[in-house]
Amino acid sequence: MPDQSTSAKLAPGAGTDPVDAISVRDVTRDYRRPRTSLRHPSPPVHALRGVSFAVPQGQRFGIVGESGCGKSTLLRILAGLDRPTSGSVAIDGRDITGLRERQLRFVRERLQLVFQDPMSSLDPRMRVGDIVGEPLVAQGHPNRRERVAELLEAVGLPTDVADRYPHQFSGGQRQRISIARALAPRPKIIVADEPVSALDVSVRAQVLNLIADLVDELSLTLVFVSHDLSVVRHVCDRVAVMHDGQIVETGPTEQVYEEPQHPYTRRLIAAVPTLGKALSGVSAADLNREYRP
Amino acid sequence: MTPVPDTAPASAQDSPDDVLAVRNLEVAVGGRKLVEDVDFTIRAGERVGLIGESGSGKSLTALSIMGLLPEDLRTTGSVRLAGVDHDLVGADETRMSRVRGKEIAMVFQEPMTALNPTMRVGRQIAEVLLIHRTRPDRASARAAAVELLAQVGLPDPEAAAHAYPHQFSGGQRQRVVLAIALANDPALLVCDEPTTALDVTVQARVLDLIVRGVEDRRSAMLFITHDLAVVATVCERVMVMYGGRVVESGPVREVFTRPRHRYTQGLIGASDLSVVDDRGRLITIGGSVPPAGHFPAGCVFRNRCDSASESCATRPDWRPTGPDSGYACFHPVPENGAHRTGVPMNQEAGRA
Repeated sequence: MPDQSTSAKLAPGAGTDPVDAISVRDVTRDYRRPRTSLRHPSPPVHALRGVSFAVPQGQRFGIVGESGCGKSTLLRILAGLDRPTSGSVAIDGRDITGLRERQLRFVRERLQLVFQDPMSSLDPRMRVGDIVGEPLVAQGHPNRRERVAELLEAVGLPTDVADRYPHQFSGGQRQRISIARALAPRPKIIVADEPVSALDVSVRAQVLNLIADLVDELSLTLVFVSHDLSVVRHVCDRVAVMHDGQIVETGPTEQVYEEPQHPYTRRLIAAVPTLGKALSGVSAADLNREYRP
Repeated sequence: MTPVPDTAPASAQDSPDDVLAVRNLEVAVGGRKLVEDVDFTIRAGERVGLIGESGSGKSLTALSIMGLLPEDLRTTGSVRLAGVDHDLVGADETRMSRVRGKEIAMVFQEPMTALNPTMRVGRQIAEVLLIHRTRPDRASARAAAVELLAQVGLPDPEAAAHAYPHQFSGGQRQRVVLAIALANDPALLVCDEPTTALDVTVQARVLDLIVRGVEDRRSAMLFITHDLAVVATVCERVMVMYGGRVVESGPVREVFTRPRHRYTQGLIGASDLSVVDDRGRLITIGGSVPPAGHFPAGCVFRNRCDSASESCATRPDWRPTGPDSGYACFHPVPENGAHRTGVPMNQEAGRA
């Protein structure tokens, strides 16, 4: 049976705060489709169907699923960019579902996003220093230049990059810039949406190391979304597998990876090509075949 | 205009089984060499991978074989294809357009940009059959298009032939692109990161279709990707490219279990997410790929390599280890150091 527990807590000592960083209760989100008939409205799209989970402070929580499973809708709701049709979302114990934009300010400070494509998520006409410093403007930070330099150093970029433009950087460096920007308002929660899937393998390892270091040093809570279970396995303590707008399985990452319970999770794991599998003779046809134990 | 003979003599081919023979391929722009001394052969039915990071010259190599490079890039060397009586390097557009889509076909990374958004997919597939006159008339080309859509596993191929590209998902679109590429049973199929934009289960399905497609036709395949696991799954032989040069090549099992070049070793280490060092960190290759034309002289990898010494300032010779294998490195991974693919490289540059 898939584990649907909503009250998973880390072992004592990992966080002193008893309140979950993120708690999602029975969230649904329906989108209306444009009418195609004069007589009947089109049936709605159920992007999320009763999603519940909780992320304790300091946990690294992975969400795995493929295009169209509702990951992005869920992230938008977590970040207060969209509202659920029903259900509730609490950040640090404060319900954000009914709040107006002005009241969501604390979410913007507590929770920051890192996006998948570092080219389209950075304004090409702004200098790196201004991109990283922009969240500080919104907060009226007194010492912006210094803080920007500190952030660039933290993500492993030389401070003189502040005067350059995003197009002058490689994909990995741009993703570092995105991470610096996300860290600017000193958030406690980082939500990363496929942060390494656009990167080369060697750069992917660098960025994953960086994220792991920062999460440790700044004791952040991490929500890491990916379609690649092997990346999530390296980064996260706990994982939720999403399919068709529902969480079909949650559990400690290692357990889900080693003993997947839900057929979809098994298929997902079976489809991931790895060097080890390939060298032991697993062909493309085998990856495509549904996993049967 | 004389029609191209159907069975051109395979002149200047090294062996009758060779489908593609690339010799001393070089791509340069304004005196800067972007690709140099690329030399390889692909035989009928053989699947060869070309791996390396972005900016190492993989796609340029593929595009120069296809004759699709912009005009300000100068290609020299020789690219011979079985069944084509002229060199592909320097061939004019008229001649190349007879080869492309027939003897040699390509699957691109982004299926949406590879397809014509204003044309029904059935017509797009039929087009390649009619242009090369491999089907006598529209009706039979249409029927063949539907058959091809069925081969790439699209449900209801009749209806699919009537649909426009935007009506398909990414994986389905890539299958349409594959159907177009395979339509004329090409001798060589070039795939440039065909599944990078796809979800894992969709990737598995598309890879399966690609392998089956080339196996059924006994086509040769050149498969470009930065994903080592994908190459190991799909290909028999692999070439590792960096800085516009092939730095190591050989059978997949050999290269991935006993890499000799330090760059290959680094790539394998970095792509293995289950191996971490004693501080729990993933293995990385320090630094990043320099912009094209700014690689160091001598060994192109030496500014990122832990084993580099002064001798690396001169260019390492190719050391053959077999008919299709070899490497170019002064300080190769010792052969008995065998299975330690996870040897720590540089700790990540820029962070202490």
